[in-house]
Amino acid sequence: MIDPVTLAVLKGRLEQIADEMDATLFRSAFNPIIAEAHDASHGLYHRDTGETLIQGKSGLPVFVGAMSFAVKAVIDVAARDGDLADGDVYIFNDPYDGGTHLSDFKLVRPYFRDGELFCYLASVGHWHDVGGNVPGNYNPVATECFQEGMLIPPVKLFAAGEMRRDVVRILQANSRLPGSLYGDLNGQINALDLGVQRLTALLDEYGDKVVTEALAELKDRAARLMRSNIAELPDGTYAAEDWLDNDGITDDPLRIGLTVTIAGDEMTLDFSNTAPACAGPVNIARSTAIASCYVALKHIFQDVPANAGVLDPITFVIPDDSLLSVTAPKPVGGYTETILRVIDVVFQAFGQIAPERSNGCAYGTINALSLAGHRKDGRRWVMFSFFGGGHGGNPVGDGLNHGNAPISTATIPPVEILEAAYPVKFTQWALRPDSGGAGRHRGGLGAVYEIELLEEEADVFLFAERGKYAPQGIAGGGAAAANRFVYEQDDGDHELPFVSKGVGIKISKGQRLHLETPGGGGYGNASERATDDIARDIRLGYLTDTGAREDYGDGGSGQTA
Amino acid sequence: MSDSPGRIVGVDVGGTFTDVFFLNEATGGYEVAKVPSTPGDQSKGFLNGLKQGEAPFAEIATVVHGTTVGTNALLERKGARTGLITSRGFRDVLEMRRRDRPQTWGLWGTFDPVIPRDLRLEVAERTHADGMVAEAVDAQEVKARARDLVEMGCDAVAVFFINSYANAANEQAALAAVAEVWPNEHIVASHRIVPEIREFERISTTALNAALRPVVGTYLHRLETALVDDGFGGQVLIVQSNGGVMSVDTARQLPIRTALSGPAAGVIAGAHIAKAAGYPDVITCDMGGTSFDVALVVDGESALSPQTAIDFGMVVRTPMIEITTIGAGGGSIAWVDRGGLLQIGPESAGSDPGPVCYGLGNDRPTVTDANLVLGRINAERPIGGKLDRLDVDAAKAAIAAHVGEPLGLGAMDAAEAIIRVANARMAGAIRLVSVERGHDPRGFSAMPFGGGGSLHTGALIKEVGLARALVPRFPGVTSALGCVIADMRHDFVHTLNVMLDDLDEGALDAEMSGRAGEGLALLEKAGIGLQGNTCQFELDMSYLGQTHTVSVPLPVTLDGDTTGVTRALIRQAFEDAYRAAYGRLLDDIAIRVLNLRVAVIGHRPKFDLSALAPGPDASAEAARTGERQVWVDGGWHTAAIYDRLVLPAGAGVPGPALLEQPDTTIFIDPDLAGTVDAHGNLVIERKQDARP
Repeated sequence: MIDPVTLAVLKGRLEQIADEMDATLFRSAFNPIIAEAHDASHGLYHRDTGETLIQGKSGLPVFVGAMSFAVKAVIDVAARDGDLADGDVYIFNDPYDGGTHLSDFKLVRPYFRDGELFCYLASVGHWHDVGGNVPGNYNPVATECFQEGMLIPPVKLFAAGEMRRDVVRILQANSRLPGSLYGDLNGQINALDLGVQRLTALLDEYGDKVVTEALAELKDRAARLMRSNIAELPDGTYAAEDWLDNDGITDDPLRIGLTVTIAGDEMTLDFSNTAPACAGPVNIARSTAIASCYVALKHIFQDVPANAGVLDPITFVIPDDSLLSVTAPKPVGGYTETILRVIDVVFQAFGQIAPERSNGCAYGTINALSLAGHRKDGRRWVMFSFFGGGHGGNPVGDGLNHGNAPISTATIPPVEILEAAYPVKFTQWALRPDSGGAGRHRGGLGAVYEIELLEEEADVFLFAERGKYAPQGIAGGGAAAANRFVYEQDDGDHELPFVSKGVGIKISKGQRLHLETPGGGGYGNASERATDDIARDIRLGYLTDTGAREDYGDGGSGQTA
Repeated sequence: MSDSPGRIVGVDVGGTFTDVFFLNEATGGYEVAKVPSTPGDQSKGFLNGLKQGEAPFAEIATVVHGTTVGTNALLERKGARTGLITSRGFRDVLEMRRRDRPQTWGLWGTFDPVIPRDLRLEVAERTHADGMVAEAVDAQEVKARARDLVEMGCDAVAVFFINSYANAANEQAALAAVAEVWPNEHIVASHRIVPEIREFERISTTALNAALRPVVGTYLHRLETALVDDGFGGQVLIVQSNGGVMSVDTARQLPIRTALSGPAAGVIAGAHIAKAAGYPDVITCDMGGTSFDVALVVDGESALSPQTAIDFGMVVRTPMIEITTIGAGGGSIAWVDRGGLLQIGPESAGSDPGPVCYGLGNDRPTVTDANLVLGRINAERPIGGKLDRLDVDAAKAAIAAHVGEPLGLGAMDAAEAIIRVANARMAGAIRLVSVERGHDPRGFSAMPFGGGGSLHTGALIKEVGLARALVPRFPGVTSALGCVIADMRHDFVHTLNVMLDDLDEGALDAEMSGRAGEGLALLEKAGIGLQGNTCQFELDMSYLGQTHTVSVPLPVTLDGDTTGVTRALIRQAFEDAYRAAYGRLLDDIAIRVLNLRVAVIGHRPKFDLSALAPGPDASAEAARTGERQVWVDGGWHTAAIYDRLVLPAGAGVPGPALLEQPDTTIFIDPDLAGTVDAHGNLVIERKQDARP
């Protein structure tokens, strides 16, 4: 057996290979979604199962669970074709096998030692434009994936070390931004090259046998660590449910129901009580659903590594053809909203299992808002951004005001950059009072963004959620305020027919959009909130007098007397 | 003010110690001193340190000061009570940040902005992104809000309007209005601090600067008064985070520029020492109690980053020496996780209670405990003089209990395991800063400074594949030495945000020469002896549609009141810089010019580092003081012990060896060898590479 010191050292060395691959792509990528928002990931994967061996720490959290499915898809294709060779690199974006959505292109490269397959290296990155009906690929009314972008199954980008230019030309021909695509593709190839160099050096230094043993041992340790976390939880069955507003096609709510069973050091996550696949783009593939659970669990148990062993003691029950296990060609472009809801039900279930480890739900919607129009001189413009909201109250304190989504670490663009680039003026960029769920520890506040159009006309698209079903608290904590969107037209203010989703809304110069995002859910009973904390909230304007009375009754109103 | 050689003193005040480097420029003579810092009033420790020198205060021409007064005040939330006057609709920008969170994993944690919400007041005013004033500010309304803030007990006030980078007219008018009613001089407007696009970064830097003004101003006043009372008649200069120094006047106006003062001075010294020793490419490694700080120096120049965060949400946007920090210091705690893996940090015992061997109440083993148990630290000679001796038995017992037992290792093997894993983490930090910037670590030397780094450097060069380690003569006072070396420097930024094809060459030229002139005037005003000055011009540029910019140095110089800048020259410079960064150009895409950056550097006379060389009475025989058993690779080895400062130039020290000096201990692994160079540096290399 490998000695414990070498194991600890090798763990760091292997993680660093993946971290360096991340760094290489972030530095060389052309598109800001990778370069700035780090919507990418890299790792090493098992040669037979595709299981995650090691993954970088700086990539997008949701890929931590999803990438092993992408590698497994390549393993299956290579087995079918029987022509896997040293120097091959597969490329694809099929979300049904590989997880997430069409914008994420996965490159998977087998790594050989002395003619024998040792493991796979993989790189995933969110490309700027992959075709489809809507630039940037966020189509709120898609009913088939063909309206969301090109769909590429696993094919060889490199065959035995030779790049296939024809494949690159096909990809470029299907994008509105072929230059950006080429830059990102090269960045990912560079990252894989670097990974191969570093892994080779490491194997030469320590020997294949030691590294193989270390990888097996690390999986075992990860499983042990997760088991020991689960063993501390009280046995039993716990149910939680939450809802999506609608799928953008029909205005019916969609349930995500989770039953968690803890038995000794094993855990079952059962999503049987979940809506069937829907017509609109809020479906996700099974692999994405499992990745979402992984993200939630890693927020709760921060000590678990990015390693397949973590999932060893966990059984997933996800019925076929449900909202969480969709197959082609059902649309998946709005996958972020569904992932966020899966994470929310895990937080809610853990609010019953072990409230001291969980937190109220975060704001739970990315609010993808785009405005498109033409300048006075005829130039076309498209402004596209995601907006923030509050995090949940938690055992140690109130939730964070205006945070980012649990699946991402992306930051919001500055107002001044947006105003300099587009004919808009923000008339408000503020915290939203009374939006945090009440509780012993209050949910963080959402935000109010108000945008005025400065030139001509614009079409407005919004893809959001939490318009009807607000983020929930845990352990007795209250719900946050729901998402709210109002747009102004000549005949006055309007709300969206689907509350949180709208397409092609026309506004004119001088008219405003008003977006209020949810806060986070509360933690613990509102009656247990310290009067000093309520008084502070009122003094700072986090709570209005009315809001204080509604949330905290006499405890709140007493403070202003 | 005379520019003839005199006495110059560098004083770096850190959290635990105040380090002093005295230089007599006339004779080349020097002294070093280390005294305890005095939290609460740093000026006491400062004066105490200064008194360790032999020169009377009256003969000191210049004191150069690295300070943590500002950083500590921010970290401990002890800035002045500060108010904000801002544009209607935008009072929460400071609190909303750029929509981030404290850590990737785990959704707990919160943020208290330096100016609380009830002290952030709005006024009606608006400037558009193109600089058009859509709504002029009303001076009466501003005055009323300023009076409200005074009433609420504010000592300082920040003025921040949206888009003031594009046109500061409203902000200037508001500044004038506030000045009429504000009871003191602590009024800060954002366009004076960071006239650069990006509102959160600008308001954050402005608010932090305002909150620091009273704190740093009071400190500097107290310090200057005390110095003058003791007969000092020279000049005080303050080290900035960009590695340059500024006058006390400038520091009072811009205290935020001291945010990384001490660490920056250390890197400056490291770069200078290494270049003089013939190794211009180095990675400086500063190991403290809780962290390991790494900075990259290429061809004698340290990289600057445009901003940093002092803590979550406390963003400071002024150029700073780029320093990467990981949580692996001497006080970092070693533990075995639930999966049975040995981990180091991030939890740290710090310096109080400190490692187990301090005997001050911590019972969980640290990296320092492991070094002690392995014989690499002398238990009878603790560094810093706070303790008489270190408790080896307690350290060994803690290692056995917390690491040895769970891993099935004996205490000695467990101690060595701790060092190996800690070294692996530090090596990782070095790899990342070099590889991430596209450098091959094999061409670099490691330069340890601070108290603990020299114990690990040998292992690090092997682990990363660095060429060698270079241990400066006084690793423990490197930052103080850097104070003496640093140049005067003033940085300016100005947002242009235009397409290159639309750029007005004449206007840009006027802006460049104007800012350069402003910097030169500041140098003049400081009145210290300089050997010349340099103006550097850079543009932040990108292709249209990109959000990341590349820094594009412009190959122009200031000649009278013009630089001769042209669009063609800018395009060429951009393409050179872009190709170097990304390999290929994007031919049909328009080019955007975001910001102009101007650095004005006043070169201070450099002292000859050979002054630090060992004296004529140094001898290898006298230096050898004994031997000690050290544990390496699973067994005891007999290591020779040397008094490092007594070793003569040219002396060779084969490993295993321990070199002791008051401020640090150097460990040379059995397969490495050290050589003392002409400046008194110790060069550690693999035995086969070492000079005979």
